[in-house]
Amino acid sequence: MIAWTIYSTFVGAFAVLLAPRTWSRPLALVAAFAGFFFSVEGFFSRTIDFAHFTTIVRLPWVPVLGMNYQLAVDGISVTLCLVTGITAVSSVLFSWDVQERPNEFFFWLLLVVGGSYGVFLSADLFLFFVFYELVIIPKYFLIATWGSTNREYGAMKLTLYSFFGGALVFIGILAAYVGAQKAGSLSPLDLQQLVHLRFPVELQNWAFPVLFLGFGVLAGMWPFHTWAPTGHVAAPTAGSMLLAGIVMKLGAYGALRVALNLFPQGFQMWRHWIAILAVIGIVYAAAVALRQRDLKFVIGYSSVSHMGFVLLGLAAATGLGLGGAVFQMFSHGVIGALLFAIVGRMIYPRTHTRDIYELSKFNLKVALPFAAVAFVIASAASMGIPGFSGFAAEISILIGTWTSYPVGVVITGIGMALVAAFTLRALKGAFFSDQPQVEPAAAVLPPITLPEKCGAILLMGVTLCAGVYPQLLFDRINPALRDFRLFHP
Amino acid sequence: MAGLITSLILIPLVGALALWIGRPRNSRVVTLGFQALAILYVLLIWQRFDSTSGLPQLVEQYSWIPALKADYFVGADGLSLLLLLLTSLVFPFAILAQRGSRGLNALMLVMQAALYGTFTAQSFVLWFVFYEMSLIPAFLLIRLWGGEKRDRASTKFFVYTFFGSVAMLLGFVALYVERHTFDFRLLVLLHQTMPPLSPVVGWLAFAGIFLGLAIKVPLFPFHTWLPDAYETAPVGVSMVLTGALSKMGLYGFVRFLVPLFPEQIRIAGPWLLTLAVCSIILASLAAWAQKDLKRMVAYLSINHLGYCLLALFAITAAADRRLGDMQAALSGVFFQIFNHGITAAALFYYVGLLEERRGARGFDNFGGLMQRTPLLCGWMSVAMFSSLGLPGLNGFIGEVLIFKGSFATAASFTAVAVFGLLFTAIVFLQAMQSLFSGPLAASCSTLPDLLRREKFVVVPVTVLMLVVGIAPEFLFKMVSETVTHMARVLS
Amino acid sequence: MNYADLFKLSLPETTVVVTALIVLTIGLTNRRRTGLCTLIACAGIVVAAFSFNWMPRSANFAEGMLVVSPLGSLFQIICLALAFFAVLLATHDNALADRAEFIAVLLFATIGLMLLISSDEFLMIFLGLELTGLSLYVMAGFNRRDARSAEAGLKYFLFGSTASAFTLFGLSLIYGTFGSTNLALIASSIFTAPLQPMFAAGIVMALIGFFFKVAAAPFHLWAPDTYQGSPTTSAAFIASASKVASFFVLGKIVLAGFPDLGGSAAWHGLLAGWKPVVAVTAALSILVGNFGALAQSDVRRLLAYSAVAHAGYTLLGLIAGGPSGFSATLFYSATYAFTLVGAFGVVGVVERQTGGTAFENFRDLRSRSPFLTACMTLFLLSLAGLPPLPGFFGKFYLFSVAIHSGAASTALLWLVALALFGSLVSLYYYLSVLKVMLVGKKEWETASVWHPRVPEGLAVGALAIIVALLGVFPNLLLARIAAALS
Repeated sequence: MIAWTIYSTFVGAFAVLLAPRTWSRPLALVAAFAGFFFSVEGFFSRTIDFAHFTTIVRLPWVPVLGMNYQLAVDGISVTLCLVTGITAVSSVLFSWDVQERPNEFFFWLLLVVGGSYGVFLSADLFLFFVFYELVIIPKYFLIATWGSTNREYGAMKLTLYSFFGGALVFIGILAAYVGAQKAGSLSPLDLQQLVHLRFPVELQNWAFPVLFLGFGVLAGMWPFHTWAPTGHVAAPTAGSMLLAGIVMKLGAYGALRVALNLFPQGFQMWRHWIAILAVIGIVYAAAVALRQRDLKFVIGYSSVSHMGFVLLGLAAATGLGLGGAVFQMFSHGVIGALLFAIVGRMIYPRTHTRDIYELSKFNLKVALPFAAVAFVIASAASMGIPGFSGFAAEISILIGTWTSYPVGVVITGIGMALVAAFTLRALKGAFFSDQPQVEPAAAVLPPITLPEKCGAILLMGVTLCAGVYPQLLFDRINPALRDFRLFHP
Repeated sequence: MAGLITSLILIPLVGALALWIGRPRNSRVVTLGFQALAILYVLLIWQRFDSTSGLPQLVEQYSWIPALKADYFVGADGLSLLLLLLTSLVFPFAILAQRGSRGLNALMLVMQAALYGTFTAQSFVLWFVFYEMSLIPAFLLIRLWGGEKRDRASTKFFVYTFFGSVAMLLGFVALYVERHTFDFRLLVLLHQTMPPLSPVVGWLAFAGIFLGLAIKVPLFPFHTWLPDAYETAPVGVSMVLTGALSKMGLYGFVRFLVPLFPEQIRIAGPWLLTLAVCSIILASLAAWAQKDLKRMVAYLSINHLGYCLLALFAITAAADRRLGDMQAALSGVFFQIFNHGITAAALFYYVGLLEERRGARGFDNFGGLMQRTPLLCGWMSVAMFSSLGLPGLNGFIGEVLIFKGSFATAASFTAVAVFGLLFTAIVFLQAMQSLFSGPLAASCSTLPDLLRREKFVVVPVTVLMLVVGIAPEFLFKMVSETVTHMARVLS
Repeated sequence: MNYADLFKLSLPETTVVVTALIVLTIGLTNRRRTGLCTLIACAGIVVAAFSFNWMPRSANFAEGMLVVSPLGSLFQIICLALAFFAVLLATHDNALADRAEFIAVLLFATIGLMLLISSDEFLMIFLGLELTGLSLYVMAGFNRRDARSAEAGLKYFLFGSTASAFTLFGLSLIYGTFGSTNLALIASSIFTAPLQPMFAAGIVMALIGFFFKVAAAPFHLWAPDTYQGSPTTSAAFIASASKVASFFVLGKIVLAGFPDLGGSAAWHGLLAGWKPVVAVTAALSILVGNFGALAQSDVRRLLAYSAVAHAGYTLLGLIAGGPSGFSATLFYSATYAFTLVGAFGVVGVVERQTGGTAFENFRDLRSRSPFLTACMTLFLLSLAGLPPLPGFFGKFYLFSVAIHSGAASTALLWLVALALFGSLVSLYYYLSVLKVMLVGKKEWETASVWHPRVPEGLAVGALAIIVALLGVFPNLLLARIAAALS
């Protein structure tokens, strides 16, 4: 049933493209909701075995090459499909008043969502790569056509970087494919089979870093993260929400499901570098965010910083670390989406500025009280305050990483303090500033619309639930992790 | 009745929700209503409390995040109950001190719930959740309703405290990795039965946790956030900050830092005691130099809390100590916590009254109040004398026990700390002289004396101070077993 | 061996010849009946394609001069299909004054291609090469009113004849060494005889002709001007069908003819043979093609340079060798051909409506013709190598066989990495075109939407569907190729 997330979204995408203009929005919402519904159904399903990556669809595709249309699901897939569904619905809600060419807008948006579902559910390496690359072009058009600051440059940079990362992933996948063929495997692209193969160590030593680097580019690993702030700022709100919320997670998921699982010896050899880069990313991005004036840049850099946590958790190679990494993927998906939604949709179209110092003249806590509350909650979640999902993720990662990289954990602590600092700065500057109201007329801003409220409440509710009851997610993530190759050498 | 403590924590949260959604016109009444209910629950808990046991009671434990062995684990022993009582008294007091808006009252209720949780949590993750839960409301309260300088003060407060909490988190992470549990009692048990932690991990964990708590209390030299924050916050918020929030740090010291890291404290003893003494002396000297009444009270807070830390460090760091001394010191600490909470809150309240009447709170703005507002001066003097440590009032008990315990174990440091008492006395006497006696200042000639509603607040509080000062037995009964238990653990 | 057998075995070619002659006759006698000519041409092609049903599965006539094989038949059908679409595109191509003649020449070129494919013998191959070449030269210069068309034709002719001369000389050297022009015989002889310098020179020279035909660097210099100057339909046909056939024959020659003389193009293990030569050519093509395309501001020239790059990618399959390498090459060139005909179809409509093919002419195509824009997006994205389109799958296949073929997995990695780098660069310029089309805005004088003419629309639409289908279900073509090769 969960495979229907993919189908419903793609069908919806084409339906929206061909539908009359006035129908495009409701149709898009229906499509996003359908995907969300199926992902929720999968999340709470009693029939899915969360502990094993079990195949749900397998159709021969190109038998000569051993390619199959094969989908499988386990606890991790289900969790990430859920966050995709949530982000999809909220991004549609937050794009409710797109005026220009809504059909195409929602078409590209739904393609990104559908591709993401596909990535999380693929069990065939080639199919995985198809979905992974599928997402690139819709991103380009979303940003180039409907984006804001510097959109053509931002879109091109983002696309080329993504493609570059994809090229590296391509090489890694080819290495695994060819290696499996040479080892005599009959299904050299089947992830479940490949996991049981032992690739020669020389192959792993060069294939793993290439593969991980490729995934890392999309996951915003320092120093290949520079596309992210530019791209996020240039993107329209829904684009930023999806980019920060889901697309960066595609890279991290790929690193986990493909790179770590297929080349465990290679991983062991290179993990220190991953940890170093992750920690640098956390601190560097947070430090840079502290100096930004454009609110969207602040959030863009904070996304890079939070993804650093994911990478650190992966590098830890312990159950807690990996579990925390997956949890952080979920958590940041929701929180990042919420932050971009507030800045991009609630603030910017009304005030026409994203500069922190300019915004302080608008007295937003009085003009947009709902946005103020939402931003406070989003900031708290982003800082890792307990009660919100970020805390459970971060504490798992910290504990999981302590045994391997205690120094790294301490430096990460500094990073967390920096995160608090820049978040606070943004919160203060935008909402709670002291400057006298320079533009009294501007204080009367259009109120927050109903779709915006619904989207925000959905996101806030999810982060709160995951924060208060994280076991809901861990119950699905941890059994799946136990099955990983990493823990059965 | 299952879940007394959880219900207690939930009551203020429900109240906050009611204020947000219900939008009542008179939010103060609604808030006080919920707080009254909370007091009722605390009294219920007290009634069910078995004072012959020093262990946590009314325990509720549910599995929450099994992967991290983090449970929802609450329980109340004597110290917790004392602090619950304090919180339940200080918060209504604070609400009555100001005419707060709906948002302000809602945030106060959230903080109250957070404090209830902090004082009853028996496992670190849960404790940390409640600890952090108080940060944002405090920040917002200072930021939105504070006076001038609120921008800097609130930011400094938040960043400092957050940084400290990150350090604490890391310390506990290190501890968890070694001991595989977050449960406070279990950690103490493991500490006593299992081989000790490796020196590196031990010192790292100690440093992290110590840093976090030292910032919260605060201990010199991590106190610089406090004067600005207390000065600029609205009256009720200052009362709560000093009356309840500062106790979170002390609670942490007593509950886990001191029992878990005695070796480290012993080794670092002289330094820690020096810091405590500096807190005491330098804070009181700084208070002497202040021209602003609120800042003066703020620095005096640092001074009073310094005594508690002095006692704690003294009994832990001492080479030889007797159980009796340790019990005395610990009782003193507990008492001081309670009494300082009440007294400091009262002091801020009075300062608030003065500021309300006069519109300013500098020393120069007042003079000869005795002639105009004798009642106000009289009651205020009681509070000041209590803070001084005059026998017969509640402040005396705590101080005397602290000095008894500390003198026996760290004589030289305590001797120096006595000067702190002297300086505090000077400060207060000078304040009284400048404010109350002397010719009536022209600007004060029209100030009203205590109003009826203010009397309703002031009288019970002062009575409480007197009662505790004269007959502290009922509090003693509450905490004695807990004290004994803790002292045994420490030795 | 008699004419009856020949006739039976060459039924498709004969059909096309007859069709061409009929069209030519009608065209010469009655200038205005171009519609009828088109119809007849299409019908003839369809009949020829169907006639494959009545041929034996495999046969060999006159020692390899005419060979019927499943693979050959498949690719002859593909060439016929491409010719079919080209004819449809020619119906409304304004650059063609004498349309019937043009169609006839196009059919002659098709025959040449079919001869190329269906022959295992060097002389026939050369014959096919020349027939195709001559027809294509004429087609390139067909627009008598445009100087650039004459330039295109002339350049193509000069380059082409020089390359053919090289090829002929090379083939004669090979003949001189072995005394036979039959591929199979040569292959078996090589086994026994060592490599002589004359033979090596012969191989290299023979290859040059084919490199010219597929526009591989450094023999590509004709491509930009020819693609830009010649009429749209000619360019479409040159870019597609002749490439497919040329790759087919090239592959057959090197893989069936001199498989053991390949040598190796591995990074640390270069061995003398034709493989290093092809590898260098491929690498050069990728670099020259992609960087050249970056600098272009005219869509046609951009497609020309990209054709050079794609030739480079396609050659990878030949370097990898073996049946899997050959099938990768064939799959890629076939899908590339369909894509390119479609792209040129769109270019033709734009040129007719706006008078040029620079980037500016494509601006805001979205609002003028969503249909054409959607199709062009599909084609360009397939060229860029993005899933779920056949260009992506083809590249995946090519790169995987390249990596598989080496003894160590890193042998041909350098070439694959270069190809990926080239793809990255190509994404930039394809996206630039798409950006102008989809994102760009323009003030139009009239508000009307363009409707492409029926045959054009049909052709472009059908090609778009084919491309999309082959992307999602590549097995449709791949299974047939694989079955034919085994």
